[in-house]
Amino acid sequence: MYVSLNWLKQYVDIDNITPEELAEKITRSGIEVESIERVAPESTNVVVGYVESCEQHPNADKLNLCQINVGTETYQIICGAPNIAQGQKIAAALPGARLPGGVKIKKAKLRGVESHGMVCSLQELGIDEKFVPKDVTDGIFVFPEDTEVGTPVAELLNLDDVILELGLTPNRADAMSMLGVAYEVAAILGKEVKQPEETYQTSDSKAADLVSVKVEDGELNPYYGGFVIEDVTIGASPLWMRNYLMAAGIRPINNVVDITNYVLLVYGQPLHAFDYDKVATKEIVVRSAKQGEKIQTLDDQERTLKGDEIVITNGNEPIALAGVMGGANSEVSDDTKTVLLEAAYFEARAIRRSSKHHNLRSEASARYEKGIDPNRVQRAGAYAARLLAEYAGGKIAQGIVAFDELDREEKQVKIDTASVNNRLGTTISDEEIASILTKLQFGFEKDNSQFTVFVPTRRGDISLFEDMLEEIARIYGYDNIPYTLPEGEASAGKLTTKQYLKRQLKQYLQGAGLMETITYSLTSKARTEMLVSPDVKEETVYPVALKMPMSEEHSHLRLSIIPELVDILSYNVARKQENLGYFEFGRVFLSKEEQISEQPTETARLAGALTGAWMEQPWQQEKKPVDFYVAKGIVEGIFAQLDLEPVFQQAQVDGYHPGRTATVSLNGKVVGVVGQLHPTVQKAFDLKETYVFDLDIAYLMDQYEEVPSFRTIPRHPSVTRDIALVVDEAAYAGDIQRTIQEAGGDLVQQVQIFDVYQGEHMEAGKKSIAYTVLYQDPTRTLTDEEVEASYNNIIENVKAKHDAELRS
Amino acid sequence: MREKLEALQAEAIEKVQLADNLQSLQDVRVAYLGKKGPITEVLRGMGKLSPEERPVIGELANKVREAIATALDNKKNLLEEAALNEQLQQEAIDVTLPGRPVKAGGPHLLTSIIEEVEDLFLGMGFEIKEGPEVETDYFNFEALNLPQDHPARDMQDSFYVTDHLLLRTQTSPVQARTMREYDGNKAIKMICPGIVYRRDTDDATHSHQFTQIEGLLVDKNVRMSDLKGVLLEFSRKLFGADREIRLRPSFFPFTEPSVEVDVTCKVCDGKGCNVCKHTGWIEILGAGMVHSNVLRMSGYDPEEYSGFAFGMGVERIAMLKYGVDDIRHFYTNDVRFLSQYHKA
Repeated sequence: MYVSLNWLKQYVDIDNITPEELAEKITRSGIEVESIERVAPESTNVVVGYVESCEQHPNADKLNLCQINVGTETYQIICGAPNIAQGQKIAAALPGARLPGGVKIKKAKLRGVESHGMVCSLQELGIDEKFVPKDVTDGIFVFPEDTEVGTPVAELLNLDDVILELGLTPNRADAMSMLGVAYEVAAILGKEVKQPEETYQTSDSKAADLVSVKVEDGELNPYYGGFVIEDVTIGASPLWMRNYLMAAGIRPINNVVDITNYVLLVYGQPLHAFDYDKVATKEIVVRSAKQGEKIQTLDDQERTLKGDEIVITNGNEPIALAGVMGGANSEVSDDTKTVLLEAAYFEARAIRRSSKHHNLRSEASARYEKGIDPNRVQRAGAYAARLLAEYAGGKIAQGIVAFDELDREEKQVKIDTASVNNRLGTTISDEEIASILTKLQFGFEKDNSQFTVFVPTRRGDISLFEDMLEEIARIYGYDNIPYTLPEGEASAGKLTTKQYLKRQLKQYLQGAGLMETITYSLTSKARTEMLVSPDVKEETVYPVALKMPMSEEHSHLRLSIIPELVDILSYNVARKQENLGYFEFGRVFLSKEEQISEQPTETARLAGALTGAWMEQPWQQEKKPVDFYVAKGIVEGIFAQLDLEPVFQQAQVDGYHPGRTATVSLNGKVVGVVGQLHPTVQKAFDLKETYVFDLDIAYLMDQYEEVPSFRTIPRHPSVTRDIALVVDEAAYAGDIQRTIQEAGGDLVQQVQIFDVYQGEHMEAGKKSIAYTVLYQDPTRTLTDEEVEASYNNIIENVKAKHDAELRS
Repeated sequence: MREKLEALQAEAIEKVQLADNLQSLQDVRVAYLGKKGPITEVLRGMGKLSPEERPVIGELANKVREAIATALDNKKNLLEEAALNEQLQQEAIDVTLPGRPVKAGGPHLLTSIIEEVEDLFLGMGFEIKEGPEVETDYFNFEALNLPQDHPARDMQDSFYVTDHLLLRTQTSPVQARTMREYDGNKAIKMICPGIVYRRDTDDATHSHQFTQIEGLLVDKNVRMSDLKGVLLEFSRKLFGADREIRLRPSFFPFTEPSVEVDVTCKVCDGKGCNVCKHTGWIEILGAGMVHSNVLRMSGYDPEEYSGFAFGMGVERIAMLKYGVDDIRHFYTNDVRFLSQYHKA
């Protein structure tokens, strides 16, 4: 909402406050002033001039040589505007004038002839072209004939005006009018609001003889009033009115249309002017649209109606889309003689629906959608009628032809001083509350500390105690509320175990050299189909698809973090950042339904991706690329953080290297994957060897035991035995390790691999793996016999299960 | 015999002085103090001496042996020190060459801010809650006092999944969920950090995915002044002890009164600069007293309980605090951006 301060002055006294101070006060008490703009701050020495003569420039076809009388003197000015003509009154910028944008006017020679100034268009004077009347956008502005020559144009065109742009929250629809803003300013400054003069003289005609009004649904349209104004003359509206409209961001059109727009801005009440003669039936029927019915609206669009819009009809066909826009078939034109003026109240939701259906918003619909003041409908109509008489020469027929079931009652809200203070933490007195209500111009009855407030109908947003609380608080001033701390029972804020673990795990991974990322949850359909961890795919899952995505890239919720991580690796590698380690602790979204109807499962995953060098020291020629074991080591570390033991098993997983990928399991359940990306995937993302891991961290954190049971510190010595085995080269060291662990019995505390060898002195197709087995019983010293027995059992088992030979 | 011993001492000490490495020194030790050495020989011949002479010569012989041994030890220390010095000299390296890099990871900037805010509120006794990102329209809107035909529920502004499920547009549904969980009869002090989604085209200041932190306190007799007190404390801890805050009236459907909260600009100290658009103030969050409809819908009796809620955009806080100029940086994950904010 743009508010011209010159205009606002008509309704409230703001003479003793600067625009900046006023803006600050308005902002601090509830409506944000988003900008303060001066219409044309730099225009000086531009006055009204009379074009005494206008001839073609001797040396240029498109220029005119004009003699312009500014009262005291006559200037020769060359002008290129196509619409300049002898006898006009125009804006002349004289030598020494300054125009907005810093243009300085000087004497100049144009094609050999002297020019002493410039004839200005409205745009050149600083008015935004989109608000300039259409007929003068390509030329100069012509003042009314009675304008006095020599008058500074700044005054006439309201160029000294200051415009406040208000950012209105949806509850403050009351401030979508000059009067509404005036009430707000009056409350802040403690002033009165001056009302417009709405009385008028009528002719001998009676409106009821000229038109009839019928409304089918009084709930959606509780009031429809028709005024008839005869004998109008279409022309330009008065200059001051055009100035205000332009300041408010509305382009002037003609006196009738301008008056309806002007009154809309004053009262916040939309009005519509029909050409009475084009409403051939002389009747108005307001009804629901019929499905498939067509109307051409004033913006020249043909619209097919859906059936739940309200339309104004002439009894046969629609002549306006109610509350949104008029129809072309009843539009006011230069020939209009009689105006049928509509002042109506339409329910907000009905207009919101029409406006949304047709993707059509107008000044009218913007106000109806948010709710208008039932007590201003007729007043606005009357004021518009008065202005039509005054500025379009119309004669107002007697009476208003109306359908009226409108509720104009004021709502009552009860408040009491103690409740207000309890909720705000203040010590406001009864008198202060009374004074605030008076400033707001809310009626009230006071019984000591009890108030019954009669909320004016212009404030449709107020119906509850806390609505009133807010009114009192904002006028009282939020700065005046003290600072206190809550007095409730003290509580200890504490992370839950999982929140703590999440932080711990992140810290571990950062310590391990990985950077945390946060990527988008929305991804492409194609990406939901790639690099999904086998544990996620164990059961059938579907990605969650958006109904109306903004783009293909962000159309589905992810099933895996890995594609996003791989994508950012690719992004960084393309920018010559080649050694990267990333992790993300984020959610994936799994639906069991192809067509989703219930909330999907959202589960936390911990994923990582690494590429390039893991260790690098260029001057020592050291460069250790990331490999499977780096990634696996990190995964093992994650498990160690949770005090859990993972099992890794060679696996074939889509998108992963078939020989360098393992599933990660816990207690026999697959919980994730670690491995190298398949070379074709690497190639698709322009990556070299890249290793990733992806874990169901939600499940793993569930398995964490918060208070692990105490483990006795061993006091008795341990015994170690080394076992070097020769096995088939395809044998898995981890499998053998598990056999050793199991066959060794309870005394085996640890089995570690300390050497893997393949090559010289080794039979082809074989490899040797050496393990250290650590025996220990925390309560006693072990005997040679029991270690020996365990050792022998291990050997027997590895021979049997893995076809292993003891290496000699 | 005395002369012989004294001569041996002089001779041995001279050889000790001449020895220039540990091996030759050892040779001297063996030659003079060894079992076949001349001093042992002297001692062996003591039997021939008279009983009067025997102790005298014995004592002398021991003195000589000790003198030689001391000389040997001293020389040995000297030689060892010299050898060590030489070794150290050989071991010298170019300390100006670069060190071996330790891989340093770090948190995402948004995580740093979230954890900082979490820690501030944990300190004030708040707990941390989470909620689903695919939310029902009931919790995302209705339970927050945005009825069915409210303009803010426009399909154009939210990512809908079905007619009744959408990607949450705010973390506020967690308020409603927490109130339900607490059965309408317990005090609540919680914050909820989380990802939210809006149908915005990504540009320097908009992101279809962003992060919010929501806070809620419900108890008997909660006052607006408590909200001011908590937010002042929070703002000072996050932005600096000398910050001031101010509340401007605003509108959110789930709070009333609703306010926007500004903090004094840290760039210009409230004097006015480009960052704060010459107002001296920077908007950091929205807040208000929980609307009675919201309390009631979630099972709290507004006659008995009141509360306040606040919500902030984490990206915005990060952008203000660290001067980040484009919201997309948070999601591009350029390593050169991520590594800027690590307190390594």
